[in-house]
Amino acid sequence: MAIYDVITGNDAAAWGARLSKVEVIAAYPITPQTTIVEKLAEWVEKGELNAKFIAVESEHSAMAAVIGASAAGVRAFTATSSQGLLYMIEMVSWAVGARTPVVMAIVNRALGPPWNIWSEHTDALMTRDTGWIQFWAANNQEVMDSIIQAYRVAEDKKVLLPAMVMLGGFVLSHTAMPVKIHDQNKVDQYLSPYEPPHYVLNPKISEAFAYGNILFPWDYAKVRLSIEKAMRNAVDVIKRAAKEFHEIFGIWHGDLIKEVNTDDAEIVIFALGAVAEQAEATLEVLRRNGIKVGVAKIRVFRPFPKEEIAKIADKASHVIVIDRDISFGWDGILAGEVKATLHEYKVDTPVTTKIMGIGGDDILPEHIEKAVKEVIKK
Amino acid sequence: MPKTILDELIEAGEYLLPGHTACPGCGSVIALRHVLKALGKDTILVIPASCSSVYQAIYPKVSINVMIYNVAFASAAAVASGISQALERKGFEDVNVVVWGGDGGLIDIGAASVSGAAERNENIFVICYDNEAYMNTGIQRSGSTPPGARTTTTPIGKIVGFKKPMAYIMLMHGVPYVATANVAYPTDLYEKVKKAKSIKGFKFIHIFTPCPPGWRFDDSKTIEVARLAVETGYWILWQAEYRHGRIHFELSPPSRPYLDASKRKPIEEFLKFQGRFSKITEESVKKLREWIEYQWSIAKRFLDMSAQK
Repeated sequence: MAIYDVITGNDAAAWGARLSKVEVIAAYPITPQTTIVEKLAEWVEKGELNAKFIAVESEHSAMAAVIGASAAGVRAFTATSSQGLLYMIEMVSWAVGARTPVVMAIVNRALGPPWNIWSEHTDALMTRDTGWIQFWAANNQEVMDSIIQAYRVAEDKKVLLPAMVMLGGFVLSHTAMPVKIHDQNKVDQYLSPYEPPHYVLNPKISEAFAYGNILFPWDYAKVRLSIEKAMRNAVDVIKRAAKEFHEIFGIWHGDLIKEVNTDDAEIVIFALGAVAEQAEATLEVLRRNGIKVGVAKIRVFRPFPKEEIAKIADKASHVIVIDRDISFGWDGILAGEVKATLHEYKVDTPVTTKIMGIGGDDILPEHIEKAVKEVIKK
Repeated sequence: MPKTILDELIEAGEYLLPGHTACPGCGSVIALRHVLKALGKDTILVIPASCSSVYQAIYPKVSINVMIYNVAFASAAAVASGISQALERKGFEDVNVVVWGGDGGLIDIGAASVSGAAERNENIFVICYDNEAYMNTGIQRSGSTPPGARTTTTPIGKIVGFKKPMAYIMLMHGVPYVATANVAYPTDLYEKVKKAKSIKGFKFIHIFTPCPPGWRFDDSKTIEVARLAVETGYWILWQAEYRHGRIHFELSPPSRPYLDASKRKPIEEFLKFQGRFSKITEESVKKLREWIEYQWSIAKRFLDMSAQK
């Protein structure tokens, strides 16, 4: 039986891991991630979740431990934020070459100094080029559902890459919303137990082998190319995972993108995660005022939905990209990606970058309205 | 005639295959051979960046016939923790999850993950082969380099540190088993690994493994140099178990005579073979003697503690 409850994004993330029947969890505390792993630790200690919880001494070790666990054949989970993600980043990259399909929740938080614990996307976007699949959740239901879908995608034998699920610090992590907690049997029907198809680090069931020893450049390049192929394969796997999720649970968060009112829109807003949700919430007011606006909620940032973005932008007369992040000396990070995509697809729709909500500054409907009206004036 | 440990060691299976790419006279690879004989086939070696990432051989060949998982420099003990917990979750027992790394990987950059795994009493082995510098990258000093040794980052032999007493530090964690070993005493090493194998929980073994190119001595002298480290009292062989709030510490037979400082050979005997000490100053030799005294003073304390009823 599904349960309807009002829970925070962090509890939704913990439920996503629990329903996915994770077997090893390794984590280190950091605000605003901590309550995810606190919840999981409680379930493990009470025996409600049959998993090992490793309270490691750093985020670097958290990712190292889940890589080891996944390599030994179990489904593994961790979560972090901000400085924690940056501290673990060596192992974040390692998980890709190791082809360990672990899932990590990232509660997006600004980077120091100065210290700031509030929402910003720059942390997760720094992992852009590592080879992780990136889901950006717009609301708490999507946080839970994306973790379940992320395991489906990551463990697919055509993919075998790690996946991260992002939720905005406080905006989602500590904000309670109605969430449908799915029936375990249905989740089991959707997500089979993890059976590593490539290698398993267990001498009781496998012959000896060496993983990760030195390769010369010609062989190394082949291995890296296989990661790019896996990332490309992930596009269809994500679409199928979203479709089957919809069939079983009746919930549609979009696949790589969720389009809202883009069909007749003159202005389309592109954004990630809860920022896109906020833009969607502003649509109604704008539409009431006769402004034809749509929102393309970018749900998957890697693999980047280039084709979809080009199509959506081509139909519109103007694109606004809202970035809760910045690449200093360049642009908003998402905006840069969108502009490059439009150039590749020869779409000449003008693009305006709006950088908002840095360090947890509120993104209010009036900010989004103002951005749209400025574009109209042009 | 009953079988001796030496017979057992000789008869045990070989897991180090011909064709490895270690330097001639490499102490680490000799130690690994004996360690693997004691561990047997149900073993996973977790190897951080080190000489052993290279001497295991280059893809598609491999010269070690047990599972090997290569991992990032600082991560080995944490990766091993994850492997061990996963195997336990799946219900597999009697698999040796073994970190095999150098002093750089386990005493410097990876020390936090080693300490964390020890504190959690993970069911793993951490085996450190100590060649007293970053040899794989070209002889840079590490936290395990003795005072006065020339390395490429102490080119004249500047005294920086005091050689971190890692085995004692691990012992203070209260883990089930800690031992030191030395490549010149293979039966002692073999027995210690066997002993560790019989204990569930965290095991730390610190092996002294001379490095001919790094220490600048003839590659036929590895065992001689290693033995002199014990005979001069520079390297103390001991093992210790922690049980119910008590440490049971004992000197291993080869080191027992040297509890009496007058039985030790002068430290110069150990230094003279090695080019890294060829221009050592009186001040550095004094510092080394102090260091040796300090190591023995700790050993004596543990011996006294163990003798108390």
